[in-house]
Amino acid sequence: MKLILKNGFVYDPINGINGERMDICIQDGKIVEDVENGRIIDCSGKLIMPGGVEIHSHIAGGKVNTGRIMRPEDHIKNVFPKTGVTRAANGYSTPSTFLTGYLYSKLGYTCAFTAAMPPLMARHTHEELHDIPMLDKGALTLMGNNWFVMRYLKRGDVELAAAFAAWLLRAAKGYAIKVVNPGGGEAWGWGRDVRSLDDPVPHFDITPREIISGLVKVNEMLSLPHSIHLHANNLGRVGNYVTTLETMELADGAKPARERQTVQLTHVQFHSYGGDSWRTFASEAESIAKAVNSKDNVIVDIGQVVFGDTTTMTADGPMEYYLSSLTGLKWSNRNIELETSPGVTPFIYSKHSPVSSVQWAVGLELALHIKDPFNVLLTTDHPNGAPFFKYPTIIAWLMSAKYREETMKEVHRAAQRNTTLATIDREYDFYEIATVTRAGQAKSLGLEEKGHLGPGADADVAVYDINPEEVDPGRDYRLIEEKFARTSYTIKSGEVLVKDGEIVRVVNGRTLYVDAQVDESLERELMRDLDYYFKRFYSVNLANYPVQEVYLTNPTPIKVETGVR
Amino acid sequence: MKEIVLVPREQPDYGLIAECISCDVFAGRSLEEIENLPVYYGNRRGKLADFFDVSGEVAGRAEEQRIIIDGNVTKTRWIGRGMSAGEIVVRGSADMYVGAWMSGGRIVVEGDAGAFSGMQMRGGELHIIGNAGDYLGCSYRGEWRGMSGGRIVVDGNAGAEVGQNLNGGVIFVRGCVGTFAGVRMKKGLLVAGSAIDRVGAQMVGGTIVVLGKVERLLPSFDFKGEVENPAAGDEKFAGRFRKYTGDHAERNAKGVLYVGDHG
Ligand SMILES: [Zn+2]
Repeated sequence: MKLILKNGFVYDPINGINGERMDICIQDGKIVEDVENGRIIDCSGKLIMPGGVEIHSHIAGGKVNTGRIMRPEDHIKNVFPKTGVTRAANGYSTPSTFLTGYLYSKLGYTCAFTAAMPPLMARHTHEELHDIPMLDKGALTLMGNNWFVMRYLKRGDVELAAAFAAWLLRAAKGYAIKVVNPGGGEAWGWGRDVRSLDDPVPHFDITPREIISGLVKVNEMLSLPHSIHLHANNLGRVGNYVTTLETMELADGAKPARERQTVQLTHVQFHSYGGDSWRTFASEAESIAKAVNSKDNVIVDIGQVVFGDTTTMTADGPMEYYLSSLTGLKWSNRNIELETSPGVTPFIYSKHSPVSSVQWAVGLELALHIKDPFNVLLTTDHPNGAPFFKYPTIIAWLMSAKYREETMKEVHRAAQRNTTLATIDREYDFYEIATVTRAGQAKSLGLEEKGHLGPGADADVAVYDINPEEVDPGRDYRLIEEKFARTSYTIKSGEVLVKDGEIVRVVNGRTLYVDAQVDESLERELMRDLDYYFKRFYSVNLANYPVQEVYLTNPTPIKVETGVR
Repeated sequence: MKEIVLVPREQPDYGLIAECISCDVFAGRSLEEIENLPVYYGNRRGKLADFFDVSGEVAGRAEEQRIIIDGNVTKTRWIGRGMSAGEIVVRGSADMYVGAWMSGGRIVVEGDAGAFSGMQMRGGELHIIGNAGDYLGCSYRGEWRGMSGGRIVVDGNAGAEVGQNLNGGVIFVRGCVGTFAGVRMKKGLLVAGSAIDRVGAQMVGGTIVVLGKVERLLPSFDFKGEVENPAAGDEKFAGRFRKYTGDHAERNAKGVLYVGDHG
């Protein structure tokens, strides 16, 4: 398949291309310098970006499915009959697997990582990823409350912890180390939580500080493509920005083994709160942004809130319990043996609520106060802040101070009083939007063939019906919102999947996982320990634990030479 | 008012999804367009005229439209779904979901209506002259925000979980209501001739009036003494009633339950 995308305005931050009018050539699923006799797609007057890359979205696995089961009332809000190419699908904040793929593709996304996979639930997670079409996929793998990780790190055996992390990624077919409320998930098994970096975890006597520092070291020893992906302690708590700032300091614990950060602090909007009670709840986004601006090895993704009804789901069990006790709404919780304790509860972000209004402002403040867009990636922590298909609205807010002002008039005045949003006139341009929706994600994840349109890159491209010479996003924010919601073309691996906002072809993407090997004798030592512990504590045999490749669509191992011994 | 008459022909063996039978949908369309409106059964799609003979006059606006279903349609579901104005009269019995999400207008079922009738109603009136099935005036599965307005009257009996999650409006069942009437109710008024058990379970607000007897009352309701001619909203109830509050199994519950029969 040969394609030439002719004469569009190209935004490709990784290659420094800022709105240049040029042709993009595609051959055999890759971007190439030049192609002969390719099918020409006229892109004049249109905007071209690399395919979107989703770095943090809860799209597959146990709690995603629990959310679906818990919320039939969410399904009926968004129902699609089958078409010639797509299956019948439904769900709003808990979309079905198929709908997840279709909706991302319509937004111009071609790759997505599910945010929190408990290893014991990996087979289930991959079975769901298997049914998400249109996208290349991967899974961030939970390790921050894992018994083995905590034991090895407590006794100072970083090598064995690294060997375990490498084995776990191979076994779970995971892509990166995810850490959620380190220590808090284990403490929750005893009805407790950890509320500071130095609160010891019951029975393990390790602190969140030691878990985070340890895993930063492990990650860099293994030289993994992504950094650790950290959901810090105290999510959603009043005054939690102090913990967040302290947590950022831990990123300095190791030198980055690759050209990227050592810590990605995720959905940092939920971690940037000041005040000392819900009545004095206020934004500390500026303090957090200042810290990010002054640091080399921390980046964040926002976790933006958009007003409306959604479902919260995290591996942070105590937080979900706390939230449901505030709202009085239904709640689910689960203990995943030696690994984690996720929870699920619905939530409504209301414009009348002072807290929701401040949360809305905090996300945008972060995006606007952090100077380098490579350091602040666009997410909603789907579906926690909002369903991912609200991205176009957020893009429009980032590009238009006027739109923010209009929204500010509709929300509770706390957003005006307790945040700095109203004082910011910065407006993103298309180059910056391309950075916070794809280039930054690809760089953070270490995906060398994604997030850009240079020769050798995957031919994943989004074409939007926006003429940057005619459209003024500051003024035409409604148009921006509308056009980013449905591409003119979404092209993945050189195939046209979406045309004029409609899906024309359904494909299965690749599943990326990290295959990192450590020294054999270290591996043997690890296996002896695992064998003993699995027999004593797990409900499954060690031999049945690893996920076979057959569960993955187009399994694509990323080989990593670690040199760990 | 202009009248469209639907004469049922053969009904399928299983549920016929006919949410198109609504004054909002019919008004402003030609008879031919109405005949061709989609209906669904099993995994197949058909048209309204496959199951009904359509005749009469179409109105320009929903509020001027009346629809008569002339006979039993015990397999037809979703009649008057989301209707905002106008009138539907069923001269027989209907299947599930009559008047679900209705926000205005009037629906009369001269026979019985199936389960989930008046689900999450926001306004208008639903009158069932026969009996109603389970989940009358309830919320959709999983939804905690139930019926919020309008009025449901049942001359006969109703099944289990009448007014589940009720959040406003009035439900009046002259006969007996099944188990768990008013479960998780928050606002509004539920009146029943008599009730069996678990009335008002988990209710935190609103009022339930049982004119006659409740067979077994929940122990989590507090007896507050006898009252004369109590009122709830715009309604007054003549006679002596035993007054309870509850359900105190819930935090800060402010529900009120009146029971008329002292026996
Ligand atoms: Zn998340």
